[in-house]
Amino acid sequence: MSEHALLRVDGLTVGFSTEQGPVRVVEDVSFELKAGHTLGLVGESGCGKSVTAQTIMRLLPSPPSRIDAGRILFDGKDLAAATQREMQKIRGDRIGMVFQEPMTSLNPTLRIGEQIAEPLMLHRGLRRAEADEQVIGVLKQVGIGNAERRLLQYPHELSGGLRQRVMIAMAIICKPKLLIADEPTTALDVTIQAQIMELLKALQKELGLAVLLITHDLGMVAEMCETIAVMYAGRIVETGRTVDVFANPHHPYTYGLLTSSPRRARKGERLPSIPGLVPPPGARGQGCSFAARCPNVLERCRVDAPPLIALGKDAAACWNPVP
Amino acid sequence: MTPLLEARGLSKFFPARDGKGLVRAVNDVSLSLAEGETLGIVGESGCGKSTLARMLMRLIEPSGGKVLFQGEDLLSLSRAAMRQKRRDIQIVFQDPYASLDPRMNIAQIIAEPLDIHGIGSTAERAAKVKDLIALVGLDPASATRYPHEFSGGQRQRIGIARAIALEPRLVVLDEPVSALDVSIQSQILNLLDDLKLRLRLSYVFISHDLSVVQHVSDRVAVMYLGRIVEEGPADAVLGAPKHPYTQALISAIPEIDPTRRKTHVLLPGDPPNPEDVPPGCAFNPRCLIAQDICRRDEPPLRSSGASRARCHFVDEA
Ligand SMILES: Nc1ncnc2c1ncn2[C@@H]1O[C@H](COP(=O)(O)OP(=O)(O)OP(=O)(O)O)[C@@H](O)[C@H]1O
Ligand SMILES: Nc1ncnc2c1ncn2[C@@H]1O[C@H](COP(=O)(O)OP(=O)(O)O)[C@@H](O)[C@H]1O
Ligand code: SF4
Ligand code: SF4
Ligand SMILES: [Mg+2]
Ligand SMILES: [Mg+2]
Repeated sequence: MSEHALLRVDGLTVGFSTEQGPVRVVEDVSFELKAGHTLGLVGESGCGKSVTAQTIMRLLPSPPSRIDAGRILFDGKDLAAATQREMQKIRGDRIGMVFQEPMTSLNPTLRIGEQIAEPLMLHRGLRRAEADEQVIGVLKQVGIGNAERRLLQYPHELSGGLRQRVMIAMAIICKPKLLIADEPTTALDVTIQAQIMELLKALQKELGLAVLLITHDLGMVAEMCETIAVMYAGRIVETGRTVDVFANPHHPYTYGLLTSSPRRARKGERLPSIPGLVPPPGARGQGCSFAARCPNVLERCRVDAPPLIALGKDAAACWNPVP
Repeated sequence: MTPLLEARGLSKFFPARDGKGLVRAVNDVSLSLAEGETLGIVGESGCGKSTLARMLMRLIEPSGGKVLFQGEDLLSLSRAAMRQKRRDIQIVFQDPYASLDPRMNIAQIIAEPLDIHGIGSTAERAAKVKDLIALVGLDPASATRYPHEFSGGQRQRIGIARAIALEPRLVVLDEPVSALDVSIQSQILNLLDDLKLRLRLSYVFISHDLSVVQHVSDRVAVMYLGRIVEEGPADAVLGAPKHPYTQALISAIPEIDPTRRKTHVLLPGDPPNPEDVPPGCAFNPRCLIAQDICRRDEPPLRSSGASRARCHFVDEA
């Protein structure tokens, strides 16, 4: 493990208590992110990406959620053991966040200017009036023209793309070291997705941000992330440099995701596809959770969960990997 | 040969929310689909795709224009005659969560169109439902379960089974895979492809995802603010796009190969509002090559190579 990791998640295991009893939704997840780098966390819906992100930020109420094991080392401090008071100091200051649906994360009753100023008032002790200059600056930085007028508007008066820019402005106004972006473009139109992606790239360079980018779009990972971690049913099943994983995926799930994209397939040909469904938490079996869908499955896979081990240039959790 | 489906100058205007003015949701759209083909329709949200789909089936009445199915004007049909026609034209909706009745079990949902049209005996209908469940790749044991017990991909299979129950000629697919995960998307796209061959179907396939549209379509129409801005064979429209908007859409797709660096043509601004269509070319506020004429005169759809594009600066063939 590198000494220079800004964020190191180590064996993170998260469960929820539900009416049917406790369920594990994130299982032994480990990854690291260096300062100024971008890590793409990919996987299909329900595989635990958002729970991982929200656990890093300690945003999930407990109960029902619980960190059953693991550490979240951010700049040397274990966030898994931090108090909510300590977390309040870190969130929005040293770690910024952007979510999929900007409308639900913005306060509909507050003007844009006030919302963007909030982190500065909270973390830097500025008064509202003192914050204006920086607020206008950050609006320009995220490409919102006519900043003076925008300050006075409410979220519902803005388009989806502008709202996402406002979220990004709030997330970076305190100059965080880490930005966690959970599906930041999923709810947006194609041409707006491209705008936001370019904005994130530019800000990352400009501010030297480390970015944890959560997405199900492999194209975004290919364009933005040096490293990738593929999640399936609560676990990291493959991780490595993006170029290596894309060139030679070892885990059958990663392989399936990459080849089933119509972007790669030839027109009119049948798409390679992964049969079956993602098993819900609680029905993931004792062996490899991908076994029921896997073309490479062996007897052993159904009883032993494979550990993440070095394979070629990356690491995968598989007993019978793609060569 | 008569096209299977033709739209001529189809428009739908809704009253605007403020009571004044009009939402030009679909504006003077002409299209044609040959038997056995798939026509892809792409565009950003609010550009009028679903409104167009509903008019093609006469689920809503157009404000103007014609829909011809096998040469017959659907808008001139009586209610009863239209109901008969619906056997031939079916739709699968965008949202697999909202489009199935939660109080009906799967067998009832799939049987409903057969019941409505009084097809076959009770036993024949039950057998048909069983076949359909197998045909779309659902577990036979699903028949007595309810929609909430199924995943998004499975619900989409149920919607498809229902749509093909009456052996239609045409199926309108409104964003059939947009709500699905990647690995499930490819399953459904393959299923649609199989069914098309087996049942000799034709599709209108609506999507905002160009890579999906490119994969399934023979012809493609690109919509912007209620209008078709480019239309032609899929390879021509997506391989050599003529309209600046189509070019930008294609350029916006992230490159899935990390060893290649792609520079995106970034359109300024937001997808526009159909309540407030700019004069001249509706695309002009976002167009990187707009000239004075674009702010003044609306360009017609002109032929260029194998395609047609609505731009003043497209070279004519
Ligand atoms: N019943 C209605 N009354 C008023 N306006 C409507 C109505 N139905 C649709 N519209 C408007 O017409 C325009 C086109 O809507 P439509 O649903 O066809 O878009 P779409 O291309 O299918 O979008 P999406 O990609 O979001 O599904 C939108 O501006 C919408 O708000
Ligand atoms: N409050 C909760 N109680 C019980 N299960 C939950 C709760 N929140 C999330 N989950 C479950 O955790 C799993 C992972 O969810 P999530 O992290 O949101 O997935 P992703 O972001 O990858 O789509 C899902 O199966 C989800 O149903
Ligand atoms: S461990 Fe076995 S079942 Fe799991 S992905 Fe590898 S080969 Fe497939
Ligand atoms: S007509 Fe003008 S504004 Fe419209 S697409 Fe062509 S160049 Fe752009
Ligand atoms: Mg999520
Ligand atoms: Mg729609």
